[in-house]
Amino acid sequence: MRTRDLILVMVLATGCSAFAADEPTVHVQQPHLQGPRELQEQTAKAVVQDYLDSWKSMGKALDQNSPDLLDRDFVGAAKDKLAATIKQQKAAGVRTTYRDRSHDVQILFYSPEGLSIQLADDVEYDVQLTAGGKSLGTQQVKARYIVVLTPSEVRWRVRIFQSEAQ
Amino acid sequence: MRAGFPILLASLAFGIGSALGQSGDLTLPKRIQAGAAFSIQSAGSGKGTLYIAGPGQFIKQDVQLGGTIEVATGALYNAGNYSVWVTSDSSTQAGSVEVVSAQKPADLTFIAKPSRLPVALHNAITGTSYVFDAYGNLITKPMQISFQLTNQGSAPQTRTVETRNGAAWTQMDSATREGKAQFIAKVGDISSTRIVGEVPGDPCNIKMSAKAAGNKIQIVTEPVKDCSGNAISDGTIVTFTETYGDMKSTVDVPLKKGIASVEMPARRGATVSVASGVVLGNQIRWAQ
Repeated sequence: MRTRDLILVMVLATGCSAFAADEPTVHVQQPHLQGPRELQEQTAKAVVQDYLDSWKSMGKALDQNSPDLLDRDFVGAAKDKLAATIKQQKAAGVRTTYRDRSHDVQILFYSPEGLSIQLADDVEYDVQLTAGGKSLGTQQVKARYIVVLTPSEVRWRVRIFQSEAQ
Repeated sequence: MRAGFPILLASLAFGIGSALGQSGDLTLPKRIQAGAAFSIQSAGSGKGTLYIAGPGQFIKQDVQLGGTIEVATGALYNAGNYSVWVTSDSSTQAGSVEVVSAQKPADLTFIAKPSRLPVALHNAITGTSYVFDAYGNLITKPMQISFQLTNQGSAPQTRTVETRNGAAWTQMDSATREGKAQFIAKVGDISSTRIVGEVPGDPCNIKMSAKAAGNKIQIVTEPVKDCSGNAISDGTIVTFTETYGDMKSTVDVPLKKGIASVEMPARRGATVSVASGVVLGNQIRWAQ
């Protein structure tokens, strides 16, 4: 018990740094595919990993108000919308910190020509609003994300990134 | 899979920190349609600031506490979940709102593959569509998409497919007649068209004839066609091979106006064969 208490104190003391280092829990369900194209296991793994990486990029980009950080993982409308959000945050003098706590991912669709993969993700995350170094509030969010990824040179990039209530 | 005790504790730590600053809930609709106006009821008095934050959009607005805060039509339009705060020097009120896509389709992405293929292939043409509203939000509610492939000289093929999570796909056969086919995806009054080139397939068979021309043989094929009767494209290579004892000579000739012709040495007892790709034609044994 004393060790546990010690861990608790350490975690509380480290605050934001521990917060930033946390990894979300990830559960990947068996694909529930519509479409005639077979999904290879390697492709499925790559898509899910690239998608999870995109959360990290998005979190950093929104936290640092730096749209360049979106380039690796986002493309098209998803990138445009996130970049616009960052611009709006910057103009308002605030930043948001997104911390994804858990993902429950399922691939739903692999288009017949192989140019898009759609997945759903029941995700839980915290969003914290900060202005001038002061936290204005934090909320826990549960949402279902519908995501479409398309292949680029070396990785799958998020093209549609849209949530709805679970 | 990777959840652990430290993560839980870190979350608790974060939760405690965040809870301290909040002092009430806002009254606002749980869900609005993209671009719709809505009202937020706040408590308190004096001036405050409204923040609406989501990955899809961010809004900051000066507000008067204790009254109705109006968010104008067209202000919040990107679908998603939004966290809402109204802050003042002494209080923070929080809430959330979900923005859902409008139900009327306004845009359609349509990928048709391949753009060129041989005739008479089963399920060889695929089409994939995603449906969006006027704000570029994916419409996840099921909708009927009509796919139609039309090629002059062939009956149109039509499929109606219901979208799932905003996506729909179909497969079509290439027509038996060559030509440019129109592949149309349509939802509501929105449509998108792609052109698919349907070209002749492989030669179905090759038949040649030969006649003497001095000390040579003049060899000519009949018009080369695929199995649907389409003329094989000019430029397709036809190979003539003459075998005489241990000697073998080969000539590659491109089709011109649908036929291939060549002159080869006339040798009594020589055998001439013709082929294009993997298709073999007839053989002629020269007896003169």
